[in-house]
Amino acid sequence: MSALLEVKDLKVSYGSIMAVKGLSLTVNEGEIVTLIGSNGAGKSTTLRTISGLLKPVSGSIVFKGQEIAGKAGHDIVAMGLCQSPEGRRIFPRMSVRENLDLGAFLRNDKVAIEADRERVLDLFPRLRERYEQKGGTMSGGEQQMLAVARALMGAPKLLLLDEPSMGLAPVLVDMIFETIIKIREQGITILLIEQNASAALDVADRAYVLESGIIKMSGKASDLAKDEAVTKAYLGG
Amino acid sequence: MINLRDKGASIWENWNRVQRTIFVLISITVVALMPYAGGFGPTSFLNTPISSYQAVLVYPIALFVLMGLGLNIVVGKSGLLDLGYVAFFAIGAYTMAIMGTMTSLNTWEILPFGIFFAMVAGLLLGLPALRLRGDYLAIVTLGFGEIVRIVALNLNITGGPNGVVGVPNPPPILGQKFELNDHAAYFWVILVMILLVIWMVRRFTIRRPGRAWEAIRQDEDVAALMGVNLLVYKLWSFTIGAAVGGAGGVIYASKTMFIAPDMFTFNTSILVLACVVFGGLGNIWGVILGASILGYLPERIRFISNARQLVFGLVLLIIMNVRPDGLLPRKKREKIKQKEAK
Repeated sequence: MSALLEVKDLKVSYGSIMAVKGLSLTVNEGEIVTLIGSNGAGKSTTLRTISGLLKPVSGSIVFKGQEIAGKAGHDIVAMGLCQSPEGRRIFPRMSVRENLDLGAFLRNDKVAIEADRERVLDLFPRLRERYEQKGGTMSGGEQQMLAVARALMGAPKLLLLDEPSMGLAPVLVDMIFETIIKIREQGITILLIEQNASAALDVADRAYVLESGIIKMSGKASDLAKDEAVTKAYLGG
Repeated sequence: MINLRDKGASIWENWNRVQRTIFVLISITVVALMPYAGGFGPTSFLNTPISSYQAVLVYPIALFVLMGLGLNIVVGKSGLLDLGYVAFFAIGAYTMAIMGTMTSLNTWEILPFGIFFAMVAGLLLGLPALRLRGDYLAIVTLGFGEIVRIVALNLNITGGPNGVVGVPNPPPILGQKFELNDHAAYFWVILVMILLVIWMVRRFTIRRPGRAWEAIRQDEDVAALMGVNLLVYKLWSFTIGAAVGGAGGVIYASKTMFIAPDMFTFNTSILVLACVVFGGLGNIWGVILGASILGYLPERIRFISNARQLVFGLVLLIIMNVRPDGLLPRKKREKIKQKEAK
């Protein structure tokens, strides 16, 4: 297995406040890797930096063998790194169709786009029913599906998912995580960020535990799920 | 009113190409005949106390519509609050004034220069300013508007506070002369520009730039995550808006034959912005309606002299309370299509 994404000693700050203090992680091709941690641990900051929305203070981010730290967001998307942002930030005043169109904003291969559209609508049949409905008028679960589907429309090599289970009913959480496995089966590598550690550790191959901007632990997801410290801090027991 | 618009849209959807073309041509003809609407006995009430109806129709109304449509690309389509839009109008006007008095070029030859200089100014302002967001951008553009006016106030070439006099009128096109009081001719020229801008905006809206602008307006961060090059598309929106303002400025200077810095104050920027918001941010027809009303109303009620601004402000307040999204808000096409699907 080769490393698709390699983050080394990443430091990110908001003004004088250091949010990520030297984070390193690797995502290999075909893996589901999860980054878990409590609120404010620096998870979303890490993801936003990888996607190019924030500039790191120092450190390197290598994607597909190329340094992408500090690159503009649109260049990173063009390389096949797509993100479904935290809090289901879909375009509320656009229909499902228009949201999906924007996911494929940088692509010109019409035939492949239509094929991908069918693929994501098969993955989320609910979105097909809501196809012409405005994103903002849909339920939380449907919006989350749309956010993931939209990211998939960019034909990613690596999909970044920021808290896909946040604020969803347990049934929907299960559904989202089942879909994540299906997405991996289609050959897409996934870096998943979650507060819902037990669900994330269930689907992931490997996991990193982030605490106050530093990786506290890492290893196979199944091992971490049994680890006493992790269980105590994140699995409520 | 909302139902009326949706109904109109659905009628339009059901028309074929020929019906649509005929409707558009008839509409354009009706609008083109508007300068003559004030010439009859019963309609002479259209004439305002000081200026003739025809003069008001050219400036402010038609030019406000043109500028409103230009500013709508920036504020309405891409969500970039520009409080210094008058700067581009001024750059167009000064280009016309200076080149018209110093060279032998005529208005039509200067027009591309006016548009070009306004676009360059838009680019120069946009490159640093468009990295800012929301309120910060608004403040920088506000400053830019004032800078352009103050520069014009202090340079020799712009005539300082005295401005430029003797700006030539445009030469005739197709036998149509452009004399100072030939208001209808100017109206038609601006009408052609307005139609061009409408056509351009409609084309952009369904294509990539339009989608990028809409995404930026709704959520800038997420637009970046979709691969939208924020700076490039914002610059596009900004410079296209600037081009429209510059074109308006050229025609304005060439019509009035005299320009001075005090014609390009912050008030004008705000008034054009008011036209856009009052009519319906992001909706071409709303902007046209808003600019027509806000252009006409202050002239019409000039007879109450001192209370004029007060009444004008009151009307704005009342309308914006009754219809917070403007007179004709952004259209809701999806809604109609959805109904059809059911």
